[in-house]
Amino acid sequence: MPHSEQKVREPLFHIAKRDSIVWWKAWLIRGVVLLAALVFAGLVSFLLTKENPLRIYMTMLEGAFGTQRRIWGLMQNLAMLLCVSVAVTPAFKMRFWNIGAEGQVLIGGLATAACMILLGDKLPNPLLLLVMIAASVAAGAVWGVIPAFFRANWQTNETLFTLMMNYIAIQLVSFFTYKWSVPKGSGQVGVINRATHAGWLPSLGGHDYLINIIIVLLITFAMYVYLKYSKQGYEIAVVGESENTARYIGIPVKKVIIRTMLISGAICGISGLLMVAGTDHTISRDTAAGRGFTAIMVSWLAKFNSFYMILTSFLIVFLQKGATEISTAFSLNESFSDIITGIIIFFIISSEFFIQYSVRFRRKEAAAS
Amino acid sequence: MKKNLIRLVSVAAAGSVCMGLSACSAEVGVNEVSKETVKVGLICLHDENSTYDLNFLKGLEEAKQSLGLSDDQIIIKKNVPETNECKEAAADLADRGCDIIFADSFGHEPYLLEAAEEFPGVQFCHATGTMAHTEKRGNFHDAFASIYQGRYLAGIAAGMKLNEMIDAGKIKPEEAVMGYVGAYTYAEVISGYTSFYLGAKSVCPTTTMQVQFTGSWYDETAEKEAATKLISAGCVLISQHADSMGAPTACETAGVPNISYNGSTQDACPNTFIVSSRINWTPYYEYAINALLNGGEIGYDWTGDLTTGSVLLTDVNEQAAAPGTADAIRKASEDLKSGAIHVFDTANFTVDGSTLTTYLADVDTDPEYKPDTEAIKDGYFHESEFRSAPYFDLRIDGITTLNEMY
Repeated sequence: MPHSEQKVREPLFHIAKRDSIVWWKAWLIRGVVLLAALVFAGLVSFLLTKENPLRIYMTMLEGAFGTQRRIWGLMQNLAMLLCVSVAVTPAFKMRFWNIGAEGQVLIGGLATAACMILLGDKLPNPLLLLVMIAASVAAGAVWGVIPAFFRANWQTNETLFTLMMNYIAIQLVSFFTYKWSVPKGSGQVGVINRATHAGWLPSLGGHDYLINIIIVLLITFAMYVYLKYSKQGYEIAVVGESENTARYIGIPVKKVIIRTMLISGAICGISGLLMVAGTDHTISRDTAAGRGFTAIMVSWLAKFNSFYMILTSFLIVFLQKGATEISTAFSLNESFSDIITGIIIFFIISSEFFIQYSVRFRRKEAAAS
Repeated sequence: MKKNLIRLVSVAAAGSVCMGLSACSAEVGVNEVSKETVKVGLICLHDENSTYDLNFLKGLEEAKQSLGLSDDQIIIKKNVPETNECKEAAADLADRGCDIIFADSFGHEPYLLEAAEEFPGVQFCHATGTMAHTEKRGNFHDAFASIYQGRYLAGIAAGMKLNEMIDAGKIKPEEAVMGYVGAYTYAEVISGYTSFYLGAKSVCPTTTMQVQFTGSWYDETAEKEAATKLISAGCVLISQHADSMGAPTACETAGVPNISYNGSTQDACPNTFIVSSRINWTPYYEYAINALLNGGEIGYDWTGDLTTGSVLLTDVNEQAAAPGTADAIRKASEDLKSGAIHVFDTANFTVDGSTLTTYLADVDTDPEYKPDTEAIKDGYFHESEFRSAPYFDLRIDGITTLNEMY
């Protein structure tokens, strides 16, 4: 028997799932991988552009933090991405593959814009703001709950359904941007209520984006508490692990699915409100700017923890801002900065692999014998 | 949470004040710009992969050389969407000490205007916009070129090609149908295809035209399909007003002559490319930057034309064009410059069968789209005179629009 065992060739290394990992080890892995990402991306950028990699990284920092305005811009973008990420989180935690956040944000934004355009000169501003909040929350919630309703009752595929709802939202926005366009037929709504500022979210202490940032932080905090400490949050986790288990212990699965998507959609609607009334003051197909999809990555990278999401969305926004600065400062095509961003994100995602799994090399004595 | 946020904000603010110092001192000297210190910013909707943006980038590069500016006096931001990001980009350029900032896309306008309000010491120049002549701010300017003149000249090349086909017996005079692929059904495109048609009609009186819209400024597949559809419907010559290679390549495949736009497509279409018109932005950059350097005013609405060198035609491809095309274009160009002929001469077109003597155009931007300005005087439609961006939106006889796209 020992004889035959010797003939089995042990591979050079094999991969095993870790049972658990101490927190400092996990962060050590993340740190080492991030360093490796920076070195590799630096090497690639040197080979492609012959620029000093350190200068490139300094330029990225400069692009994100270089002036007070850039820091505000960074935090504003961070808040918007964070808001959508927090919005998609309860659905993902429930293993409901909601890739329709883009559409839910857009439709919330469209509802906001509709109120601003149609009621801007008819209602006093505080009342208008209340109507806008109600409209955007309702629109986002409806957009989220339609696929959930079909999924809960007839087991339709929510991935396809939410994706299709995106296209409907985009087409609706296209239709209304034409209908409301200034000048006629240009397909551009322009800045809504530029003279009166009706329906614009107020600037606090002279800072246009501060109110957005505060609202998003409140939502983030509330979501953390909701998922971690509330009964409903627990139900979401159980449904996500196993619908059958949930049913067995008496959780009303249908109700949980619908309720959760209602919440997801409503927060997406608020994101739309913040983007239209608090940032752009217009509506277009680009209002959501792909955040509905980026948010999925942010949420997963943060393992559905709302506070980690601040970190992961900071990472994404920082890379975006820094990358844009690279292309301006070095007169490079934006594709180059996309390459750098891609490399860094790829490394970071792979660090989660090394945290979940350990790589064990063939032991020396086994190879020798 | 709130406390943490405030701490974060104040730390951030403190940090940025130190870093921002150099930018602040640069702003102080705004009024004393010289050629050595002037800084120019450009905001582009896309990057050099779009022929539209490439045209602006090339124009600035040429202006930089002719004015003798160095690379670090030019700051370019690409892929800036038509949202609040545009205002952020403009403000950031101003923070970096730009004295004059250009933006290339129609939808940038309201955001650029906001930046202009925030930075009264910086000049903002916006291509294709419509609001400067009513806003009348000292530092916000629109510009366009009377590209309809270029399209009219390109139309002459098309008409001569049609005549050649008729003379050779390939088509009957009434079969001289042209096809046109347009982006959207609004004034900029309508003005363009009408001037093209009138140019062709000036040499080939029997010609008619069909227009197919794609609903996008850049959609290679849709433009190709539209051109193919027009060709199979019997159009014997194609032109386009959209930014991809879709229509030219469809023409080359089908062997149908093509009048191009934005620049020569002869390399890809050696057998069918005849000529192309394009806007040259260099004269505007030079004009605006020189005005700033010499302490002069930049006009709130500037229209470049054949005389300023803003409207250009490429070389004629002799292999595809009818003989004598280049000479005919040259002659008509001189006549347009001298005012001997006018593109939108009311004697040369009818609307619903009758000649127009009056038309109120919507020149001033307002939400109700109220027509406000009499555009027909002295027997012709005055395009791009009351503002630089086109406002000719008449549907004249002889042109059929197959669909509408907004």
